[in-house]
Amino acid sequence: MSGATGEAAPAANGGSGAVKETTRDTVRRFIQGDLASLRVVIGLAVIWIIFQSQNDRFLSAENLTNLMLQITAVGLISIGIVFVLLLGEIDLSVGAVSGLAAAVMAVLNAQHGWNPYLAIAAGIAVGLAIGALQGFLFSRFGVPSFVVTLAGLLAWQGALLQVLGSTGSINLTDPKITGLANTFYSDAVGWTMAVIVIVAYGALTLAGHRRRLAANLESEGMITLAMRFGLVAVATIVVVAVLNSDRGVPLALLILVAFVVGMEYVAKQTRFGRHVFAVGGNVEAARRAGIGIEKIRVIVFALSGTMAAIGGIMAASRLLAVNQNSGGSELLLLAIAGPVIAGTSLFGGRGAVWTALVGALVIGSISNGMDLLALSSAVKFMVTGGVLLLAVIVDAIARRQRQAAGRV
Amino acid sequence: MSPRIARGEAKSNGEGNGAATEHLLALRGFSKSFGPVRALHEVDFEVDAGEIVALVGDNGAGKSTLIKAIDGVQPPDSGQAYFDGKRVRINTPQVAENLGIATVFQDLALCDNLDVVANLFLGRETISHGAGQLTLQLDEATMEHRAGELFSGLAVTIPSLRSEVGTLSGGQRQQVAVARSLLGEPKMVLLDEPTAALGVPQTKQVLDLIRRLRERDLGVVVISHNLANVFDVADRIVVLRLGKVAGDFPVEQTTEEHVVSAITGVGGNGGERAAEDRGEGEEEE
Repeated sequence: MSGATGEAAPAANGGSGAVKETTRDTVRRFIQGDLASLRVVIGLAVIWIIFQSQNDRFLSAENLTNLMLQITAVGLISIGIVFVLLLGEIDLSVGAVSGLAAAVMAVLNAQHGWNPYLAIAAGIAVGLAIGALQGFLFSRFGVPSFVVTLAGLLAWQGALLQVLGSTGSINLTDPKITGLANTFYSDAVGWTMAVIVIVAYGALTLAGHRRRLAANLESEGMITLAMRFGLVAVATIVVVAVLNSDRGVPLALLILVAFVVGMEYVAKQTRFGRHVFAVGGNVEAARRAGIGIEKIRVIVFALSGTMAAIGGIMAASRLLAVNQNSGGSELLLLAIAGPVIAGTSLFGGRGAVWTALVGALVIGSISNGMDLLALSSAVKFMVTGGVLLLAVIVDAIARRQRQAAGRV
Repeated sequence: MSPRIARGEAKSNGEGNGAATEHLLALRGFSKSFGPVRALHEVDFEVDAGEIVALVGDNGAGKSTLIKAIDGVQPPDSGQAYFDGKRVRINTPQVAENLGIATVFQDLALCDNLDVVANLFLGRETISHGAGQLTLQLDEATMEHRAGELFSGLAVTIPSLRSEVGTLSGGQRQQVAVARSLLGEPKMVLLDEPTAALGVPQTKQVLDLIRRLRERDLGVVVISHNLANVFDVADRIVVLRLGKVAGDFPVEQTTEEHVVSAITGVGGNGGERAAEDRGEGEEEE
């Protein structure tokens, strides 16, 4: 077989005696959400074309670099949300947690003179502890995660005000912290990184192919593998070329991509990730298989809190300050909407970590484009709300189609 | 006065505990009550290696309670169990699994969002060697290879080992669930309604698979409402009625009529009559 199952999840391929896929099957899989990647790429292209036609600065190197910086915080928070969504749960506290973690870091660094790295670690530890606590309350007492994290949303917002104290705002001046979102690499470094990424991807693809052949399993054809490799290589080169023609590859983007790749590995290739999918797919089956449901839930919520803290710290670094609005307004909704738009199901058991990145890109593009067109906040909120609603409806339709086809 | 228990098999004639050790699994005097309800009452039951025993009975007759007592989900209030000749106490599902008793539940307990290989190995995944071991990286290639061997050994037909279980037909899902139970190399498999809600060709596939379990010398217990399937596949039919054994028939020596009358209790004691018709009835102690 070649590429019949390869599209939806790069990890799932091969198999014996697969049937050849017809066009109709492809259309069906598109509707049922298996080809969510294709769906979201088309959506992104449409958005870009619309904004570019309205304002020719939209696809300029400068604006695209800004876009990357704008989506870093949301993207990082969304990574944790993806795991929570895979469980079929929700974490409404991530916005507030991101603000609180950034505030803790800022107070420790700016007011108590802590070493910047220690302050960052303390901020992340706060996120981790909060997430673990919420996960424990949810799994131990069976309180719906929606309620636990809604209570958390309020409580941690209060904690944020408390930590910030009477001034209500703390400026960040430590170059180590502000550098996180404001460092750009030179062209040479950028190209070196591109080469490393391309070579590493090629080596991993080849190793996986060899392993399957060694185990006497069918592998995808060399042509499919070569095409996918070519796609990744071209994409990497284009991205680096665009970024280099402006300020260079930003450190923030590297951090985001590194987390996406690392967490995608955790989700798709480790036992922990497999168990997360199992719990999200069928809790009873997971329990009977001997999976520790409580443990998985606590770890996932701890991960969500941790990623929220990291996202909050990146946002603070970009703003050069933490204030009472940090982690507030629509950040939470955007962090949840992104992965859902890009194909991670709200109903659990279906999704991928890369949807955090692509979803953030879609939402970031809309927001960035509307800013370029100088649209009012009123319009921006309504459009963003509409896009979120559309994504959820598409998710629900995909689920219904799957059920109609006898799948859950 | 309890209904008489008819036993067609010579080896069941000795009712003492000594005889119990000859079987793969032997239960003696299993009883279980839920409050005032006696779900099982003094049930004797045995399964041999390489034997398919069908457990039939009306709703509420105690079939599921008996299965749960065997696989440790719901231990009995009283009674003795012998497995492989040894006295055992199956208090938890873990004990049952360690003994080599596997259960395929009626709701199959599969994750529809995962593929066939992932479902087979759920909870006992193979981990890679080398650097990946630190992160508990899954060894997909090895798992898929083993799954392929298992399926070809059982002659199970699945479109692809990488298809999502949710996309499979009911019969294929049932086969996956049965194959999954075999990964732990059990000695005995309990199947709860394996052919419920399956079409004719799918039912045939599943029954063929059950026969292959017998060829592998496993003891098989099948709960079923479908007497045609039971007569098709089983070696022995045990009828439960109101928590008691109402009949124990070797398949080739009985008819559907006799089994039905034992199930319903209509027409006297069908089980006893079935056996006595052939002059093999055993007198009540």
